[in-house]
Amino acid sequence: MDLLTELAILVLAAFVGFEVISKVPNTLHTPLMSATNAIHGIVLLGAILVIGPADGFLNDLLLVIAIAFGTINVVGGFLVTDRMLGMFKGRKPDPKAEEQ
Amino acid sequence: MSNEDLVTLLYIVGFALFIVGLRMVRGPRTAVRGNLIAAAGMAVALIATLLDDRIGDWVLIAIGIAIGTAVGIPAARSVKMTAMPQMVALFNGVGGGAVALISLVEFREGDDLELETLIPIVFAAIIGSISFWGSNVAFAKLQELSWAKRRFPRFTVPNIALAAVTLAIAIAIVAGADAEILFWLLLLSAGLLGVMAVLPIGGADMPVVISTLNAFTGLSAAAAGIALDNTALIVAGMLVGASGSILTKQMAEAMNRSIGNVFFGGFGGAAGAVAAGDDGADRTVRSTSAADVAIQLSYARLVVVVPGYGMAVAQAQRAVADLAAELEKRDVEVLYAIHPVAGRMPGHMNVLLAEADVPYDKLKEMDDINGEFARTDVALIIGANDVTNPAARNVPDSPIYGMPILDVDKASSVVVLKRSMASGFAGIDNPLFYDEKTAMLFGDAKASVGEITAEVQQL
Repeated sequence: MDLLTELAILVLAAFVGFEVISKVPNTLHTPLMSATNAIHGIVLLGAILVIGPADGFLNDLLLVIAIAFGTINVVGGFLVTDRMLGMFKGRKPDPKAEEQ
Repeated sequence: MSNEDLVTLLYIVGFALFIVGLRMVRGPRTAVRGNLIAAAGMAVALIATLLDDRIGDWVLIAIGIAIGTAVGIPAARSVKMTAMPQMVALFNGVGGGAVALISLVEFREGDDLELETLIPIVFAAIIGSISFWGSNVAFAKLQELSWAKRRFPRFTVPNIALAAVTLAIAIAIVAGADAEILFWLLLLSAGLLGVMAVLPIGGADMPVVISTLNAFTGLSAAAAGIALDNTALIVAGMLVGASGSILTKQMAEAMNRSIGNVFFGGFGGAAGAVAAGDDGADRTVRSTSAADVAIQLSYARLVVVVPGYGMAVAQAQRAVADLAAELEKRDVEVLYAIHPVAGRMPGHMNVLLAEADVPYDKLKEMDDINGEFARTDVALIIGANDVTNPAARNVPDSPIYGMPILDVDKASSVVVLKRSMASGFAGIDNPLFYDEKTAMLFGDAKASVGEITAEVQQL
């Protein structure tokens, strides 16, 4: 894909990003940060794409670490967000016990 | 349709799901589903990638994913609610680390990389490394690890020098110095910059720092996407880069801090100490919005309304009763705490609230309600001031010391509706307003309560 097309996609994605988070109640700042955090775990895909063509022990080792890191980012990110948002799921038996 | 087209098509589905998911996380009712939709988008993008023709080394991929899952799931499951911010910092850090590693391998693999690949690789390496090391320091500080708890000075001059060194190495690499050692040095100096920039920042400002680093990781992922010619990385990375920046700004505003202040101000580390001190001049209050108060109230179990003279002046009693009715529809228990001298005459509040048809058994005298504040989720103070002033309890030289007060400071959180920061009838400052669990909603009581009710109805 040529660079200019990629830049066009980049700029459009930036505007979408700005729009999506226009006005958020403070209460949702942390869950939203956590959700976007999970989404940049997309780098996992980058590591997976690079490991096939890469040669040599060191390169493979670095990429296995990168894949593990990316997986932690994705899996952990979405799970933690889900847990944080649990407080909006409805009334819990005792939210205070959870907080302390 | 070629395999490549199929992959691209699935990527488009994937990032459409990201955008829809993120939009839904903005509202408390749709947030849980929004997160699941974004996760589904990630699954689609992952499957698409595995269909790509270039994929090889399946065993290594499986090992990496297995390790990541084995670490990530238990960590996310077991972390305490109070430790969430540092967990997010850690997850953000590993994302940045992954980007830095990918760009390192890309640099090692490629001979004579074109500039349109090389520049994004270098950019991704710098930002990824800053994010990785910065996030780990943020984690250490929030976790209160002993070495990170020390107070650090601002390393402004060394940081500028380090940034200059990083930039110089980057330029040398882009100009064609094809030495691997330079790339390692680039990662090292950027990482050091990340550590030194975050170390002096105080714990109270850490959420803003994490949010900034989160946006950084997004940007580095987008840069890696350009280097790898991968649309999913570009879109998802930039989405996070942009939304993360806006979020950072909003967070900083909500905390009454500017981003520049957080990173270069030198005030963050001392914030706790200043707030604990007794000089009113430097303390900050946290102001909030009707939408936030509405969410807080709707998800509370017990809300105690503390009316005062402000409610009487604004004739807000009817609006307050409407809000309470709306909350009770949502199974929130609403009680009223009536201080003997609230308003300008004894019984003032009872009369007003009775006029608004508030059931009499909801009105609690001071002695009856004070024991309840410990289990109160939100104390909603409407135009009351001196009768809630904890100085009456613990500041012996205060003019109102010894006056019995409503123990609102024992509630989990306090929302104060007030016209301005002007002091109450006694003309003294109220430390409650500077408490970190207190949020202020400025404005006319009747208008504010009306806004909150409208927001509650929309939830």
